[in-house]
Amino acid sequence: MSDGHGTNGGYEAVIGLEIHVQLKTNTKMFCSCAVTFGEEPNTRVCPICLGHPGSLPVTNERAVEYATRIALALDCAIAPHTIFHRKNYFYPDLPKGYQISQYDLPLGVGGHLDVELEDGSTHRVGITRVHMEEDAGKLVHAGGATGRIHGADYSLVDFNRGGTPLVEIVTEPDIRSSEQARSFLNQLKNLIEHLGVSDVNMEEGSLRCDANVSVRRPGEPLGTKTELKNMNSFRFLARGLEAEIERQLSDLEAGEAVRQATVHFDPSTGSISVLRSKEEAHDYRYFPEPDLVPIVLDQAFIEKQRAELPELPAARKERLIEQYALSAYDAGVLAGSRSLGDYFERVAAEGDAKLAANWVMGDFSAYLNAQGLAVEESRVAPEDLAELLELIADGTISGKLAKDVFAAMAESGQKPGRIVEERGLGQISDETALEAIVAGIVEANPSAATEYRSGNKKVMGFFVGQVMKETKGRANPQLANSLIRKALEG
Amino acid sequence: MISREEVEHVARLARLHLDEEALERMGSELSQIIDYVQQIGELDLAGVEPTAHAVALTNVFRKDETWEGLSQEEALRNAPNAEAGHFAVPRMG
Amino acid sequence: MSHDVYELSGVRCRELLESREASATELVQVYLDRMRGVDAQVGAYLLTNEEAALQQAAEIDAKPAEERRPWEGVPIAVKDILATKDMETTCASRILSGYRPPYDATAIRRLKEAGLIILGKLNMDEFAMGSSTENSAYQPTRNPWDLERVPGGSSGGSAAAVAAAETPWALGTDTGGSIRQPASLCGVVGLKPTYGAVSRYGLIAFASSLDQIGPLTRTVSDAAALLQIVQGQDPLDSTSTGLRGPLRLPTERDLAGRRFGVIKEFLGEAIDSGVREVFNDACKTIEALGGVVEEVSLPSVERGIAAYYIIAPAEASSNLARFDGVRYGYRSGEGEDLLSMYTHTRSEGFGPEVKRRIMIGTYVLSAGYYEAYYGQAQRTRTLIIQDFNRAFADYDYLISPTSPSVAFKLGERTADPLAMYLSDLCTIPVNLAGLPAISLPAGFSQGLPVGLHLISPHFGEQALVDAAHALEHRFQLEARPALTEVRE
Repeated sequence: MSDGHGTNGGYEAVIGLEIHVQLKTNTKMFCSCAVTFGEEPNTRVCPICLGHPGSLPVTNERAVEYATRIALALDCAIAPHTIFHRKNYFYPDLPKGYQISQYDLPLGVGGHLDVELEDGSTHRVGITRVHMEEDAGKLVHAGGATGRIHGADYSLVDFNRGGTPLVEIVTEPDIRSSEQARSFLNQLKNLIEHLGVSDVNMEEGSLRCDANVSVRRPGEPLGTKTELKNMNSFRFLARGLEAEIERQLSDLEAGEAVRQATVHFDPSTGSISVLRSKEEAHDYRYFPEPDLVPIVLDQAFIEKQRAELPELPAARKERLIEQYALSAYDAGVLAGSRSLGDYFERVAAEGDAKLAANWVMGDFSAYLNAQGLAVEESRVAPEDLAELLELIADGTISGKLAKDVFAAMAESGQKPGRIVEERGLGQISDETALEAIVAGIVEANPSAATEYRSGNKKVMGFFVGQVMKETKGRANPQLANSLIRKALEG
Repeated sequence: MISREEVEHVARLARLHLDEEALERMGSELSQIIDYVQQIGELDLAGVEPTAHAVALTNVFRKDETWEGLSQEEALRNAPNAEAGHFAVPRMG
Repeated sequence: MSHDVYELSGVRCRELLESREASATELVQVYLDRMRGVDAQVGAYLLTNEEAALQQAAEIDAKPAEERRPWEGVPIAVKDILATKDMETTCASRILSGYRPPYDATAIRRLKEAGLIILGKLNMDEFAMGSSTENSAYQPTRNPWDLERVPGGSSGGSAAAVAAAETPWALGTDTGGSIRQPASLCGVVGLKPTYGAVSRYGLIAFASSLDQIGPLTRTVSDAAALLQIVQGQDPLDSTSTGLRGPLRLPTERDLAGRRFGVIKEFLGEAIDSGVREVFNDACKTIEALGGVVEEVSLPSVERGIAAYYIIAPAEASSNLARFDGVRYGYRSGEGEDLLSMYTHTRSEGFGPEVKRRIMIGTYVLSAGYYEAYYGQAQRTRTLIIQDFNRAFADYDYLISPTSPSVAFKLGERTADPLAMYLSDLCTIPVNLAGLPAISLPAGFSQGLPVGLHLISPHFGEQALVDAAHALEHRFQLEARPALTEVRE
């Protein structure tokens, strides 16, 4: 069994990832059709993205800016001179018979991402290249029993997605386990989320990941690699890698060599299928795209994009520690997701940051997990959670009571103050607490107490007023009355 | 001389079917033309920059603004086979 | 109205419309009649736009004069390589039979915006691959000067239509000589502009880095006027620049002080003696007009054909990959699965010359060959550009015959593709260097037209038409094709 942590029977896994990220631009990479998700088929198309004869591509400037930001955030060197190539192959979702992509002059090269692992250590993964390209359309396999490619009677093509700007990120083979791969992808997703240039949603396909996998004995040259495809969730990425590593190891144990192949992970069975190795290897016949001109990015452009970079996760973690006096662990968790970090900072804007961190990482995250919600989908606005924490801080409600209030907020979306008021939770009905307040007031007003004791019962009103003043009107009136009487009459 | 296997391979890449006679003829024509253009491979052009376009331009971009594209009906009007708003193609085989 | 159609040019049509000597409807009718009389012999048109043209003409005639744009109502015909919205556009290929583009090419849009009336779509070699228009999937076009001979190609329909006066003027495209060579063989003016002067948007691509749209006309003035209408930077074509300024109608009558370099490498054994004679006479005419003629050597241009027959097929093999039977055009009924649908569609849809070029292009780009072929060809291109630049330091124009021979007979060269390729010797290097060039009727050999080829530096179109105009005036060629109108 592969334990997901590197070595196995003297072998180690060597993994490199190829990640595709759809950019969140208004329009496609080479035409002005809107980039959308979930529209009626073939309604976001034009002669260009349908590959009509005579149509020509023109590069989306914002896509180049976004791609540059990704490359910069990964510490890549930005190529001063970069061009597009044509990658030629036939497929029905590829309208021109070639994909406009980049080849030997990509936008960014030689970067890295420092990945924090579960055990707190840091592992540096090299970024070979970051390049721009266009997405393909979508194929639906119709008829037949399975809805899958093989066995379908025919296929249907929708070009709405065709031409969406993509950035491809290729890593060095620096990853040694499925866990590392998962951590890397998670932190890459978080980084790009911080940049705000993509939705990076694996389920919707705006983040996609393929892997090159091989095994070897440590120190030996790289083994034959396979290309693992079709992992459309973080869970499947880890499971797919483990299944493929195990498959390769069992091949080796059986004395067979690993054969170069493209393999698919089937999440429903958890098994790997090796695609029929084609008689002819891919021959993409790359050549420079003659319909486009070179992109020459000068220092001013690069610096402008650098200036557009928001605070990145590593820097944010440091700041959270500094600014809010959080532990490294808490800061790491909160900076590990742009939306969670943003939420925390809005809650912590006024008030106790430590308390805010505990709540955001505790009850709030538990609530999101239980409901399967993203931070943005939460019914509890950060301002409302901040108000709840304020109610705890000023003693209106106890921390224990606050959990009930939070549950009510999550259910109804109402403000905590309103919930506390409606349920009478804000009244001070705590006898011990009120007794202390009353005792203090009696002690501070000896002459009024003497007056009461000498028979002037009207002074009672004065004492009630003082208690209400002290508790901002939240004292339970009946309880206050009886406690005052008790204190005076003794 | 280009071998028959090479001609078949290239035809496969180009998604062209050549029957026996066409294979034969294409093989000899291709060989003749490739023989001619091969002279270019013999030139010593080290240090000469390649030219992609005779009129050099750089950084031609488009603003990220949407336009009115085609309706589904217009998009599918020329399709040899369409179904349910999609282009239809035979099974992948 | 009776007009001598051979006297009608684009500029003349405009004058007749402005002076109200002719209505737009009358002009359209003149050409529709002429087509009926001669096109069964010539075969220039693939499609006539009769109904829409007459309707547009009637609307123009109903407009008050002050609302008309300058060229409004002048007829024109265009090569069937340009996308025309809702009007069948086939590139003379079976694979595009029935294709009605959902959009207009930018050049077509500019014609329409100027108010010109499109008479129809003109024949060509399939996907512009050829030098004789024999590679059309639909019909051959014949040379109006001798119906046994080819009109040249690939814009053979455009050149023949102008020569036979079936249109006052036409648009063609030029990738390796496809405007200039047929212009030369049909005795008309053909202008290939600087690469980028006219938008390629909607030009069905053959070789993207070489293709350029340009005019085929009866006069040099017409060539200047038509280029001015269609030229201009286009946001839909990243490689377009437009001309540096508007092109004026030429008025020059002499060539005093202008320096002409005769490209030595273009005057080798391949040039027929009759063509050489006309060319030598043209050089004397240049000198008579005050120009200086000297020989100049551009050693790299001899490699031009080899570089061209790598670059153009390579780009074409990729440009033609989109014809797969999925979104438009022909789809074979054969084939159970995707792969066989692809191969049957493409094998049945493309003609032999197109398949040949796709095969060459696929071969030179396939694994392991890129550097030896494409890379070397791109470097050769650099050398050719450097040679031209050096020559233009000394000369205002470079000249040669346009074609090494006069129009040849149908079928004469189809058996030998390489020989056909070699006949583009003088025109190809100009496309590789992106330069503007014009072919101008300069005389006759064996009763067939011979063209003079003038080349200018990038964006030198004004100087080019100025010189060509002076020469045109001096050549004063009066001969006309001996076509007889046949009436049913």
